[in-house]
Amino acid sequence: MKRPILLSTSLATLAVLLLADALPAEASPRAFVTNERDHTMSVVDMETLKVIDTIKTGRRPRGIIASPDGKLIYVCASDDNRVEVYDAATLKLVKTLRSGPDPELFVLHPSGNPLYIANEDDNMVTVVNVENNDLIAEIPVGVEPEGMGISPDGKYMVNTSETTNMAHVVDTSNNEIIENILVDSRPRIAEFTKDGKQLWVSAEVGGTVAVIDPSNWQIIKKIGFKIPGVADDAIQPVGVRITKDGSKAFVALGPANRVAVVNAKTLEVEDYLLVGQRVWQLGFTPDEKFLLSTNGNSNDISVIDVESQKVTKSLTVGRAPWGVVVVP
Amino acid sequence: MTRMASAVGATLFAMICASVPAGAQDGAPPTSAQAPLATKPAKTIGPEQTFLIGVVRQIPEPPPWIAPLQMPPEDLGIAGAELGIRDNLTSGRFLKLDYKLSNEIVPTDGDPLPAVERLIEAGNRFILLDVPPDALVKIADAYKDRDIIFINVGATDDRLRQQDCRANVFHIAPSRSMLTDALAQFLVTKRWQNWFLMVGRTDNDKLYAEAVRRSAKKFGGKIVAEKTWDYGPDARATAQSEVPRGTQVGEYDMLIVADELGEFGDILPYNTWLPRPIAGTQGLMALSWHPTMENWGASQLQSRFFKQSKRLMQPLDFQMWQGVFAVGSASLKTRNSDPAKVKAQMLSPEYDLPVFKGVAATFRDWDQQLRQPILLTHATNTVTLSPQAGFLHQSSPLDTLGFDRPESRCKLK
Repeated sequence: MKRPILLSTSLATLAVLLLADALPAEASPRAFVTNERDHTMSVVDMETLKVIDTIKTGRRPRGIIASPDGKLIYVCASDDNRVEVYDAATLKLVKTLRSGPDPELFVLHPSGNPLYIANEDDNMVTVVNVENNDLIAEIPVGVEPEGMGISPDGKYMVNTSETTNMAHVVDTSNNEIIENILVDSRPRIAEFTKDGKQLWVSAEVGGTVAVIDPSNWQIIKKIGFKIPGVADDAIQPVGVRITKDGSKAFVALGPANRVAVVNAKTLEVEDYLLVGQRVWQLGFTPDEKFLLSTNGNSNDISVIDVESQKVTKSLTVGRAPWGVVVVP
Repeated sequence: MTRMASAVGATLFAMICASVPAGAQDGAPPTSAQAPLATKPAKTIGPEQTFLIGVVRQIPEPPPWIAPLQMPPEDLGIAGAELGIRDNLTSGRFLKLDYKLSNEIVPTDGDPLPAVERLIEAGNRFILLDVPPDALVKIADAYKDRDIIFINVGATDDRLRQQDCRANVFHIAPSRSMLTDALAQFLVTKRWQNWFLMVGRTDNDKLYAEAVRRSAKKFGGKIVAEKTWDYGPDARATAQSEVPRGTQVGEYDMLIVADELGEFGDILPYNTWLPRPIAGTQGLMALSWHPTMENWGASQLQSRFFKQSKRLMQPLDFQMWQGVFAVGSASLKTRNSDPAKVKAQMLSPEYDLPVFKGVAATFRDWDQQLRQPILLTHATNTVTLSPQAGFLHQSSPLDTLGFDRPESRCKLK
């Protein structure tokens, strides 16, 4: 770590060589799933829906995202206190980035740089330049920062703090907090709609999703969930994904083992889809035909057909699958 | 009387704001970005509301001997309250709320009332109490006409939630009935229903045994044998000969031990006549918290505590953290330090307290007891949390632990 530039340059050179060497002729979309208790990442071919590779990662991999061009995969190795960057084609580790202690979730600026990382143990968000690994800022936030969202125009970054129960809105031009929104207990995920007109924040213990208007940061509505035969306190909203056209939203409900389908226009719940156990995070395929859910307690992922709103397949990955991202 | 009044709030606030994890980057080069960051929260000019929280802890009677692994740390409990203040400040600074902690430690033979008096005179309106039940009732009655909230973080006595409940007292510490109900649910689920109850010689042991009998009746456990421990306060040297003799009571599934002081419970395992597991105050213990608890975000609280105090978090540390954080949680909604407003918030339907056990914890309106899951743990592992699956309840499964509304004899006044 004393010579980060030299190291990353040589790794990058290596990666380029490998790329030139082993570039597959035509790759189908691939899903990457972090397995928290295996310290691995499963790679799923989205054509055949088969696990084609399992990559050893740093300890306790959780948050996972892709670069805007889909060529790089970023993984939070929580217990190794670093972010790992993998080449999505060669599946090789390209470099590691500083992360601050105990990184859990993160979000990239829409331009691909910088990276905003929630440090769960340290009540901070760390901002890192992904090009040169420079520390740009450390933003003090509430207790147990977790969810990370960014507005499509990149102006606002939103972090949720699980024990403070707030969504902190940060102006990305100066990394200052401009607003703190009280939401329900244990807010986990912050997700903007593609048009930037709504911010959705899930509250795991509170059992709700708050829909917030970014023009004044007021809560428009809190969406609640009711499933016959499932105890209310087993309904724990975590992952949230909204289609690009802003018509449908999907909310992972944790130990309720279901994904809620929400009409994103009326903000009414339309359906509950039965998936695996303790469903955590969600990820669309690039064409939004499919949505994948990570099911932490059944060690599998479910494939949801977005159009028909049906669960079409589940496939076993590693132990305690946590996060998922799909690249073209 | 030892007096340890300290106002750590402001100091902690400064410490948190200045905390830059210098060593956290594994030898990463220092950056100039750190200096201005440290001063950032100083922008919050003067707090709008300050919450003065006091703690009174009376040192309990020590057991005749203490196992080396169980030596209580000097700052037991208080360290949890201090972490609670840190966490409150981390949240409250966004709303310009400030929190200060003052501690009073009372010796075993002292009277906690004057300590409470001093804290109240100094302006504290939220007082955490870890004192014996008689003292707690006396304190609550002495201030029943004042706007003070007392939070019981130590006493497990059922009577404080029943006939001796008080309107100005909230209970964070689980009651004995909650603990023994949690254990009974698990044992019944495992079909280990036949219990041999071994009761210590203290009054508290008798109360614990009483709670075990009540739980057995409630969940269908059967006490097939019962004995009082009568091998003296320190039977370590003779345990190997005496315990096998003292445990020849015929068949049973589980030896349930009622030994709150810790005189003999730890010498029972492997010395019994039959090879049977042990539960209760030792063996498989029902607790509010344990260092082996790690799910549902618990590991984050454990590591925050370890970072602060360089030791593991004990149940009393957790209960004091909860007591301080209960006020902090309410304060984010009230933004006002008036105890009446805070109390109303703590009892409101939208209030909940994070307890890192997978569900929200709330206060029962009939006796102001915090309802929360209970851990069943042995020395090195948390085995399960109760309520167990299948114990149903019309409003909250958490109310299967302890005194439910229909059983309550509490009349709050």
